[in-house]
Order: sequence, then C-alpha cells, then structure tokens
Amino acid sequence: MSVSFLISQAKSVQKVIDENSAEIEVLDQKIGDGDHIFNIQRGLKLVVELEDAIKDLPLAKALNMIAMKVLSGIGGSSGALFGTFFMTMAKSSDLDKDVDFNKACEMIISGIKAMKERGKADVGEKTMMDVLLPVSEKLNELKNESEFKPGLNEVIKIAEERMLSTKDMLATKGRASFLGERAKGHIDPGARSSQLIIDTICKSVINN
Amino acid sequence: MKKFINNNDDFLKESLTGFGKAHSDIINVNLDPSFVSRKNKTKDGKVSLISGGGSGHEPMHGGFVGHGMLDAACPGFVFSAPTPDQMQAAAEHVDSGAGVLFIVKNYSGDIMNFEMGAEMYSGKNDSIITNDDVAVEDSTFTTGRRGVAATVLVEKIVGSLAEHSGTLEECKKLGEKVNKNAGTMGVAFTSCTVPAAGKPTFDIGDDEMEFGVGIHGEPGRKREKIQLSKTIVGNILEAILDNLKPEKNEKNLLFVNGMGGTPLTELYLVYEDACQILQSKGIEVTKSLVGNYCTSLEMQGASITLLKCDDEILKHWDAPVHTAAMRWGM
Repeated sequence: MSVSFLISQAKSVQKVIDENSAEIEVLDQKIGDGDHIFNIQRGLKLVVELEDAIKDLPLAKALNMIAMKVLSGIGGSSGALFGTFFMTMAKSSDLDKDVDFNKACEMIISGIKAMKERGKADVGEKTMMDVLLPVSEKLNELKNESEFKPGLNEVIKIAEERMLSTKDMLATKGRASFLGERAKGHIDPGARSSQLIIDTICKSVINN
Repeated sequence: MKKFINNNDDFLKESLTGFGKAHSDIINVNLDPSFVSRKNKTKDGKVSLISGGGSGHEPMHGGFVGHGMLDAACPGFVFSAPTPDQMQAAAEHVDSGAGVLFIVKNYSGDIMNFEMGAEMYSGKNDSIITNDDVAVEDSTFTTGRRGVAATVLVEKIVGSLAEHSGTLEECKKLGEKVNKNAGTMGVAFTSCTVPAAGKPTFDIGDDEMEFGVGIHGEPGRKREKIQLSKTIVGNILEAILDNLKPEKNEKNLLFVNGMGGTPLTELYLVYEDACQILQSKGIEVTKSLVGNYCTSLEMQGASITLLKCDDEILKHWDAPVHTAAMRWGM
C-alpha cells in the first residue's frame, strides 16, 4: 500500500460508485432517507481532489489527511464510519517502512474493527458491517499467504453474497431500523456501496 | 423540483449566510466549519448547550440559538448529520468554563458524529439523546425511537435552567426528564424533496397519508387513506397517550408542529381537535405551542407532541427566551 495506490483506488472506486449511483439512491430511498449515495460521492470527490496535496507525503500523513477530509466533509453515518476507518489505518505502526500485503491486511482489519466499535453494529443488522466484517475475517486468513490472488477472488465472492444477504434481513441499526418488517426485501445501501468498493479494489489488485 | 436554489453545492452555505444576516442582532454564523452561535458571548460559568443535526428541519436548530435556549447549533447537509469538527469548533467557541451539554436526536449518524466531536473536545462535556417519537417501537435491540419535535421543548426548557445557573449534571437530568415525559407522532400528506436528490423522497397518492412519518420522510407505521382531521388527530393522540399514560390531574403542554408545507390555519384546526379530544379524556392542557418548529423541508403534514409538565418544567417553559424562531418574555 502506498499513497499512489490509495489515490488510484479512490479514482477507480469513484468511477464505479458513479456508475451505480442510481441503484444505491433508490435502495436508500426505500429504507433510508436517500442521503447515502450523495455522502459517498461527496467523500470520494473530496479524496480524489486531495491528490496534489498528499501525493508526495508519507503514508501515515496522507492517511490522516484523508481521514480528516472524510470526517469533516461527508457527514452522516458514512462520514463518521469511513473517517474512523482511515484514522485507525493512519495510526498503524511502521508506516514509514514498506507496507506489504500482510501489513495492508492488518491495517484494513483494524480499520474495520474500529468502524464496528464506532457504529456498534454487528453482522446480521442490515448495515455495511454485514459485508465488511466477513471480508475482514477472510483477510485475516489470507494475510500470511504468499499467493494471495486466489484468496482475493474469494473476498469478492464473500462481499457479494453478504451484500445480497442483507435483502431479507430486518434492520436493527441505522435509519432502516425504524421500519421494522417494511425494511425486508431491500438490499442495504451501505452494504451495496461497501461491496462495490471491495469488488473494485480486489479486482485491481488481482489484475496488477 | 421547484426550489429557490442557485447551485446545489452552495445551497446550505447561501442559506446559512442569509440566516446570519437576517438575525444579526441575535446570532453569528461561522462557515467552515459551520456553526451558529450567540452574538453575545455566553456568560462565564453558564453551561453551554449545543445541538445540531441535518439541515432541512429549520428553524431547528439554528433558530433556537439565543438567550434562554441554545448557545450554538451545528447544521449538517440536508438530512445528514453534522461532522465532528463542527461540534468541536462550536464547543471551543462557546464553552465559558461550566462545560458543554450536547443535545442529540437519536439517529445513528448524529450519535456517531456527536460522539466523535465530544471525544475531540478537551473540555468538560456530556450529552443527552432525544427519542420522543412513539411511532416506532422502542427496543434494546434496535436503534430505538427517533428524536423529533420534543427536541425543541428540551432545548427551551434546559436552556432556561442553564440560564438560571443549572450545573451540567442538573441540565442533563432535566433534559432527560423532559424527553421521557414527551411523546410525539407525525403524519405526512406529501413527501419532501432533498435538493441534492432533485425528486421526492417517497411516492404518495393524492388521497393517501403516511401515518407515523419521520422528519426525513422515512416511512412510519402505515400508509392509509386520508381521513377527517379529528380522526387523524384522535389516532395520533391514542398512540401518544398509550405511551405516556398521563394522570388525570397532571398538567400538559400540547405542541402542534408543522412539517413545513402545512399552513397555520390547518395547524390551529389540529390544535382545536386535539384540545377537544384531550378534554373529553379528562387530560388538562396547560401550555401550548403551535407552528413550524421541526420541519421536513416542504412536507405537508404535522406532528403532535404532548409533554407532561411538573412545576420545574412549567417554570422553565415560561422563562424568557429570545431566539430567531422563539421569543417571549423579553
């Protein structure tokens, strides 16, 4: 993981999220209040715009700037959660040394753990954690393998299955929890956007 | 979408700037990070009250900054929680040494962002969470009930206690009491349009209403055919009374709140229906508030809040207040 990797991934994710924005917006209007896609798009735009400011910075500093931008520029649950994710990654030790696959996995795992604590949500509550937590567990299995590309294909599969599994869940966290039974039958928009992000990044790592 | 708008990115900034100019005798508007604060510095030793939340509920919360109510308000984007740096900056700006009480509506995004703001602020602080909406069931396994119109009452009543030298602990305790003593339920006839979305949040038929609607156009208990006002009001009050169970000799505040698109003539009609129904059940209405205080953009609809009042609550309700949206006694 490097600053240029972060920037190029942010650009790819931005493209994919934009392509799927109408779908996510509809999902959120069904069970939320419709702000999720705008928050994610605003956040990605802000991060992509940081390119000139962070491209020559050390990784820890760049992550910290991304965290503060996400935290102050997005709002809503997404801002707090993704801000927490980047802030935690920025606090990892030894970021001045080479960040290999193992280290990158550990950073992502600790970032997702911090998101779980901040949002107080677990698997089965119809949120983005339904995708992120199983992905984090899989990365924990994969992190020590020298040949990790096949494993990343499994990560892609897990993310998709777990995203789809939110469709029949009752929501117990977030705005959708106020709906009770009426939230059933709709995929959680946060689970969908998280799955798209994971899908995009894994595919890019596999293909490089 | 038909709205007064120049461009979407500047929507909030332009509105806040206008708000600041229109009420420059009472408040200041700070941009980047955005917060509204009192024009006159909070007096030393007074607990500072800070609230905030997504925009689109005006006059809540910026309209309640001023003597006898809030010290600062942090507006987020439309229907999106504000960010921790706003809360931190507002707290640093207004804290006069007696600590800061954050008043937060019960939504996941608001709670997370206020929590982070509180962690980033080094001074003494505490929070209360409002969750007065009886339309959604309370459960330890869910996010719980939504914070809606009674937040206005909490801000007014605790604001008076803070003005009268209440400590941080006392302010928190009174705020929790007001929240616990209040129940709210709303109904919507039309949807609302978030400017960034450009189209209504939900579809609703010409002859339909959403019973138990939230203040962001979230669905409520059920979709029904529209009925006579007294039937709607009766059903809302039944849900509230079921929950609050006021005693016959207890004093109550009746608050009819417009969602933004319903004229005052209708709100007063709702108030009259509510008074008659409560009277027939032997429930005494001692205090009143009618108007658009906790809105959902241009949504047509209204919510009713009943607040059980003891002497402490009554005293602080009547105390002078001078804000952009609420003023009496001074």
